[in-house]
Amino acid sequence: MNMIEAINSAMDVCLARDPDVTVLGEDIGFFGGVFRATAGLQAKHGKTRVFDTPINECGIIGVAVGMAAYGLRPVPEIQFADYIYPGLDQLVSEAARLRYRSAGEFVMPITVRSPFGGGIFGGQTHSQSPEAMFTHVAGLKTVIPSNPYDAKGLLIAAIEDNDPVIFFEPKRIYNGPFDGHYDRPVQPWSKVETPDVPEGHYTVPLGKAAVVREGAEVTVLAFGTMVHVVRATVEEKGIDAEVIDLRTLLPLDIETIETSVKKTGRCVIVHEATRTSGFGAELAALIQERCFYHLEAPIQRVTGFDTPYPHSLEWAYFPGPIRIGTALDLVLKD
Amino acid sequence: MSESSSSLGRPNLPPLSLHVPEPQFRPGDEAEFVSVEVLAAGITPRPDSAADAGTMRDMAYGLVRVLDDAGVAVGAWDPRLSPDLLRRILRSMALTRAFDERMFRAQRQGKTSFYMKSTGEEAVAVAATYALDRDDMCFPSYRQQGILIARDWPIVDMMNQIYSNRADRLKGRQLPIMYSTKEGAFFSISGNLATQYPQAVGWAMASAAKGDTRIAATWCGEGSTAEGDFHSACMFATVYRAPVIMNVVNNQWAISSFAGFAGGEATTFAARAVGYGIAGLRVDGNDPLAVYAATAWAAERARTNKGPTLIEHFTYRAEGHSTSDDPGAYRSADEATKWPLGDPIARLKTHLIGLGEWDEDRHAAQDVELAEMVKAAQKEAEKNGILGHGLHQPFDTMFEDVFEEMPWHLIEQRDQMRDERKAAGV
Repeated sequence: MNMIEAINSAMDVCLARDPDVTVLGEDIGFFGGVFRATAGLQAKHGKTRVFDTPINECGIIGVAVGMAAYGLRPVPEIQFADYIYPGLDQLVSEAARLRYRSAGEFVMPITVRSPFGGGIFGGQTHSQSPEAMFTHVAGLKTVIPSNPYDAKGLLIAAIEDNDPVIFFEPKRIYNGPFDGHYDRPVQPWSKVETPDVPEGHYTVPLGKAAVVREGAEVTVLAFGTMVHVVRATVEEKGIDAEVIDLRTLLPLDIETIETSVKKTGRCVIVHEATRTSGFGAELAALIQERCFYHLEAPIQRVTGFDTPYPHSLEWAYFPGPIRIGTALDLVLKD
Repeated sequence: MSESSSSLGRPNLPPLSLHVPEPQFRPGDEAEFVSVEVLAAGITPRPDSAADAGTMRDMAYGLVRVLDDAGVAVGAWDPRLSPDLLRRILRSMALTRAFDERMFRAQRQGKTSFYMKSTGEEAVAVAATYALDRDDMCFPSYRQQGILIARDWPIVDMMNQIYSNRADRLKGRQLPIMYSTKEGAFFSISGNLATQYPQAVGWAMASAAKGDTRIAATWCGEGSTAEGDFHSACMFATVYRAPVIMNVVNNQWAISSFAGFAGGEATTFAARAVGYGIAGLRVDGNDPLAVYAATAWAAERARTNKGPTLIEHFTYRAEGHSTSDDPGAYRSADEATKWPLGDPIARLKTHLIGLGEWDEDRHAAQDVELAEMVKAAQKEAEKNGILGHGLHQPFDTMFEDVFEEMPWHLIEQRDQMRDERKAAGV
């Protein structure tokens, strides 16, 4: 299964197991979604459980809040993460806070799925990585898979979770991993050594990172597409790096991070989003608080630049192997 | 050079001008609502609740009224309620007013931070609630305390919330009057305006998708119809024919902005329904029978899968927006008394007296009884504490209910707070 198929399978499993799971979003019903993530689900589960919506993100998330208040488990899709902003108030002021403000009377088991990230020539409006702003909101969980196995297991866990979850899907790696060399042919997931995705139900727990590569010299923290770019880079450079795929940004697996940084004494953080106030800033602060006396070099961040996503200069903007390599050299030089 | 810059635009064309709405009256003006067209009671036809929305567009520009100026119920919209039910509606409205009076004073006495009265628009919440089933889900705004009162929700419980005291079911987390009770089918109130609108539609969609029989109702002010959420809700409600009643409480004022700033100069708020193909009714919101009848009509429509109804309740906010507001600073002092549609409690009282089912003495006695009841409830609630007396919930509760299970970072912050307080000796 590629990542699209794994995500489709996760929703299929949840729809079959729980009559309260409901999937909604633009173009997701009959057509099966612009990325085909919901293909076949309406035909199989019926159009009152899998249906198209108007082009209205405030409405998509707002009605999902109402559905959750009724007792359903809505799984709304926002076609691109860049379009989430019109629905932001319903997410951050409503879904995120309802458990708290009603002292547990109204719970919000909503999973908002949305493709995010760049590397597909999507320009300013199909490339953004807005994950940090969601981690800033009390009451939301933010999940980002990096491979088909995790995508399915994490999505099922998110749908079964009783709190609102933002599930960002790195669209650059929907069909295959990406090593950061945009001028090389893309490998499909079937040609890559990744765990087989089982057909049925399984979960990957939220809040647990994965050590995707063990190493002793430096810890590299990444998520989504960047996990693959980082892994390829450290292998090409022959660096004994420990690569951690965060998988869930909130709740964060601080234990795995702390253990690794204390072991290696060095840390590089990589994400696609703009740098200032990005999630890397939070990670750097946490590591500074917890691992300061173990650090042998300043923490480095490799991120997108603080500009809108440039269409034609996409590969200069993207934090690719050259910039990651430079940061690794810098933390390793002493 | 004149102020209107001649350097802008083409010199041979007249300069454009910007229209900024201005209310009819300001402080010091004498209010005269001559421009408010008050249609006679009883003349508005009552379409079948299954009628196609397209056949009833005129309803969005009319005014459904049942009680005439003498308090007599007339016309096709007369819901023909039993005297018992009429007395219950009257009592709930009067209790709402007595409750408002008492809690407003409590705020002025420093017992809580904030309060909002519904004076003059009690019918909008109370009469509508009597036309709904008790398990129909309400998504109110902040001025529909009458829903809980009409559902006989304990007023001590409401006061506990206002005082954020140790018996507050919301653990002191919400502003006063932002009630929430799932059991009372009353959704948690948000301060962000009109957010409840798409939520109500979503709840109604879920009910329909599940083959349930319950419907949803939601309320917002006319000012909030300017919010995107309102339009999102109309869009989803019409597309999926959601069994929902969308109430717009046109009380003329959104804090200090008059209805003109929400488009009220150009059209009615009920007419918002027309563009969406939704059934729209414009109703005398100070006529409890009209509010009841319109709600019952819309409920029947929703329950028979004929879809949503948008009801504009034409009313007047007789008091300030909240305890933090000074209406004397922006509107004519006598607007409330000059409001041509009168007072909903007085109108229903007159109606019942006309029927021979009520009299002034019973009314006066009821007012005394309700005032005593509210006073006793207040005493009861204050035993659990008032906001002015400080912090009633255990500190740890601050960290609860953010998530189902407390994640490590909140546990750390909670423990840090405990340690800091311990070290500080508190």
